[in-house]
Amino acid sequence: MAYTEEELKKELETKEYEYGFYTDIESDTFPKGLNEEIVVGISKKKEEPEWMTEWRLEAFRVWKEMEEPEWANVHYEKPNFQDISYYSAPNKKPKYNSLDEVDPELLETFKKLGISLDEQKKLAGVAVDIVMDSVSVATTFKKTLAEKGIIFCSISEAIQEHPELVKKYIGTVVPQKDNFYAALNSAVFSDGSFCYIPKGVRCPMELSTYFRINQAGTGQFERTLVIADEGSYVSYLEGCTAPSRDENQLHAAVVELIALDDAEIKYSTVQNWFPGDKEGKGGVFNFVTKRGLCEKNAKISWTQVETGSAVTWKYPSCVLKGDNSIGEFYSIAVTNNFQQADTGTKMIHLGKNTKSTIISKGISAGQSQNSYRGLVQVNSRAENARNFSQCDSLLMGNRCGAHTFPYIETKNKSAQIEHEATTSKIGEDQIFYCNQRGIDTEKAIALIVNGFSKEVLNKLPMEFAVEAQKLLEISLEGSVG
Amino acid sequence: MLEIKDLHASIEDKKILKGINLEVNPGEVHAIMGPNGSGKSTLASVIAGKEEFEIKKGSISLDGEDLEELAPEERAHNGIFMSFQYPVEIPGVSVTNFIKTAINESRKARGLEDMPANEMLKLIREKSELLEIDRKFLSRSLNEGFSGGEKKRNEIFQMAMMEPKLAILDETDSGLDIDALRIVANGVNKLRSKDNAIIVITHYQRLLEYIVPDYVHVLHDGKIVKSGSKELALELEEKGYDWLKQEAVL
Ligand SMILES: Nc1ncnc2c1ncn2[C@@H]1O[C@H](COP(=O)(O)OP(=O)(O)OP(=O)(O)O)[C@@H](O)[C@H]1O
Ligand SMILES: [Mg+2]
Repeated sequence: MAYTEEELKKELETKEYEYGFYTDIESDTFPKGLNEEIVVGISKKKEEPEWMTEWRLEAFRVWKEMEEPEWANVHYEKPNFQDISYYSAPNKKPKYNSLDEVDPELLETFKKLGISLDEQKKLAGVAVDIVMDSVSVATTFKKTLAEKGIIFCSISEAIQEHPELVKKYIGTVVPQKDNFYAALNSAVFSDGSFCYIPKGVRCPMELSTYFRINQAGTGQFERTLVIADEGSYVSYLEGCTAPSRDENQLHAAVVELIALDDAEIKYSTVQNWFPGDKEGKGGVFNFVTKRGLCEKNAKISWTQVETGSAVTWKYPSCVLKGDNSIGEFYSIAVTNNFQQADTGTKMIHLGKNTKSTIISKGISAGQSQNSYRGLVQVNSRAENARNFSQCDSLLMGNRCGAHTFPYIETKNKSAQIEHEATTSKIGEDQIFYCNQRGIDTEKAIALIVNGFSKEVLNKLPMEFAVEAQKLLEISLEGSVG
Repeated sequence: MLEIKDLHASIEDKKILKGINLEVNPGEVHAIMGPNGSGKSTLASVIAGKEEFEIKKGSISLDGEDLEELAPEERAHNGIFMSFQYPVEIPGVSVTNFIKTAINESRKARGLEDMPANEMLKLIREKSELLEIDRKFLSRSLNEGFSGGEKKRNEIFQMAMMEPKLAILDETDSGLDIDALRIVANGVNKLRSKDNAIIVITHYQRLLEYIVPDYVHVLHDGKIVKSGSKELALELEEKGYDWLKQEAVL
């Protein structure tokens, strides 16, 4: 018989989570539940200054009064916020100077993930700050960076060592009360990364962070703050994988980017959290607030490859405050089985001659739902603002869905806004053509999907693009045998 | 090499091939002609293994191996190549990337390593020169926005790259201008050897002046109603198919 859509779907659904394992590292975990005591406890544990504790408490009080949002095109059982432990840190307080000092089991985990520090160290030009179970356990290349005055460390360390920078910028792009998840994050964030590029400095390497979630029942609340001072440039990579689990894992990160005058930030993400099994059970809930602020002539590019999570709710955004500033959003979102993704971006044009570009590629298989939600807002003072949006969807089978929700709000007549959308299916003819040239169906799908996603893949730094392609293949491949 | 015996094939219970017999030996060129809808492309697709078509009766074998059980990609690995009448577009996948994948997948099936990049490059250079293809063309998305003629030339480029044992060219001449026809035919001829064979499906005698067939077959309503030498093609050009249809009915 023909390779029917039915079979295609089956094949796609038989993919098991590749990184389906978790390690047994002793850890120091808080009791479940959330109240002021816990918030203070987290702050104490991290030996934070009082202003930080106060900031967290403010956020907690706001959060208590807030309702979980309902409007995204996703359906899931809401997490019980009192049934989550808000802090977990590997027991052996890590301040390793060499790999020998690192818990061997942790190293084993890294090996399974294919990101052993050994390898990473060799990967010239990539400094890795690995966040595992909420505490940074390894930072490399720090010295090279320090010579240029670049600060790249965990946010906890930054709070200790560079309080003036943290105090000045934290919450300025994503305020505590911004939304339900951002407020929660502000109250309980466990760790994350901090990066500061001084005036006029071009960061000589890609800064890379691998995020992992590794404790049953611990929510992850990462906080990232990247500041590019005037005329500086940085490319920042964030990637992650997660072990499989029965219980849903909540992840509510906040990422704030600040590009001062003439600065440029490239922020790339490859995300591969456990999407849940074939019945849709388990998997990570990913509710993320990512936002960047551009001052005059500044530029921020978000590039993301999303293949994981049971539920993804994520809109990396740019506030184009300064005149002539530029915001870009390039995204590939893959959903399979019962995954639900509601992603997109917001481009807020405030300054004159501001420009934004949105390229979104959605790939849906199985019974998944893939939604693009984008807002382009042009303020009354934003003369000559321009936006170009392109949303392409690729469907595999008849049971999945792709949805596009473009919102456009313009208060200035000089705005030029273009929106294009396409929906296509992988055709049997395409697959047969590949088969005829000796390419089997699995590989053919990977090839077609990679082709479909190319405009976005091309935006990723080289080594990340390779990884992203692999991820795309893994998320859509039918596992052989 | 290729042996087709009493082949019956249908799609959704519609009978299309109704008892085809054909034997192709190494070194031979066979031309298949016949009116629109007679089943020429279907025959090509069935040989290549398109699974929509169901083989109801008869057999196809290549070098003594029954093809029915083999997936299309396995047939390709065994050296079957089909130049499509309507090549499909694959957006975002460059000609180079596609052919590289095709070659390496076939090598993998034979237990070989990927072809080293410099060797691949050399091969691409050589074959694109043979078919007078601009190198810039090779970086474009496969068949996307290609003109009819460009698509056909690209099919033959792929054939040249893959060096198949049995090539089936389905109306490769349609859409080619006179110069392109000469270039493509010349390319095909360069690939002829005593070890491989070609089946040329065409409506026009002109292609057969360049790629001279050893045999010409006429397909009508799912059956080969007449076989002959290259002169048969001339006769068809002159008289059309009606006289053969009459004969077939009788
Ligand atoms: N997928 C299909 N579904 C239904 N009918 C089909 C299908 N494919 C082919 N046919 C039918 O089978 C018959 C033979 O088609 P085929 O394409 O093999 O003809 P052909 O000889 O190649 O014609 P042409 O010279 O126009 O290319 C036609 O009547 C066609 O409509
Ligand atoms: Mg045909």
